[in-house]
Amino acid sequence: MDSIDASIVNCLQEGLPVCPRPFDDVAATLGLSVDELLSRVQRLLDDSVLTRFGPMYNAESMGGALSLCAMQVPADRYEEVAGQVNAYPEVAHNYERDHLLNMWFVIATERPEQAAAIIAEIEQASGCRVYDMPKQEEFYIGLKLAV
Amino acid sequence: MTANSQELSAVQQAGQALDATDRQIIVATQAGLPLVAEPFAELAQQLGLQTNEVLQRVAAMQARGIIRRIAAVPNHYALGYTANGMSVWNVTDDHTSELGRQVGALDFVSHCYQRPRHLPLWPYNLFAMVHGRSQQDVEEKISSIATLLGGHCRGHEVLYSKRILKKTGLRIKG
Repeated sequence: MDSIDASIVNCLQEGLPVCPRPFDDVAATLGLSVDELLSRVQRLLDDSVLTRFGPMYNAESMGGALSLCAMQVPADRYEEVAGQVNAYPEVAHNYERDHLLNMWFVIATERPEQAAAIIAEIEQASGCRVYDMPKQEEFYIGLKLAV
Repeated sequence: MTANSQELSAVQQAGQALDATDRQIIVATQAGLPLVAEPFAELAQQLGLQTNEVLQRVAAMQARGIIRRIAAVPNHYALGYTANGMSVWNVTDDHTSELGRQVGALDFVSHCYQRPRHLPLWPYNLFAMVHGRSQQDVEEKISSIATLLGGHCRGHEVLYSKRILKKTGLRIKG
């Protein structure tokens, strides 16, 4: 990753305009052709420097729900339970964290009542209690990682 | 583009203004936007729509907040942000909204939410994600949050991520 790649990562976190040629302005700012910009973005995706590029959808605005859930999973069953949780397409991400509550995942569903059903299934399959922590207020969401 | 063909059932009753064409657009782009100079024209061709219609619908979804923005999602680890701390704070209820806004405004905080406590195990009601290049970097940032919260905070912890078990982002069924 060179300094041009770093500039691309910084610029593309900001959001592109919705217009026929949305990459033109960013390419011009960086002094690149659109083709060169796009091939670098593809390489950043292939190298997992970027996890995705595209519209960032908001489940709640679509009428759905997002919830953060935590579990206390015994060490000897950790991989098994991670597999059970990750098997749900509604589980958008899942992190191992250094705490008594050692598994933290986000459930994104199209209808709010689906989340409760998935939580109940996970509790039954894993034998672990799921602590449901839906957000009550959002103060900021955005990514500002400078490279 | 990851296949959603197996998930092609429906986004039923998904908000008042999401019609079948909006859903087609969401399903076609939730894994990513085509990396071509004219991605919306490419998308229109894939879906059998006019480019203008795709542009209008994407713009309308962004105006309604269904699309937050069209952007890249970086991998924190690959960028050298190897210390990712979820800081959690037990803030007096009366002050949570005001202090939450102040914490969320800090430039090193990427997400900030109020969430329910689960007493006695979990007394924390304010969550702030802090990203840093080292654990020490994160600790310094945590200290400045502690200073900001002052006497309205009764305790806090920082939960570091040890491993990403899954990260796919939102997926809806088409």
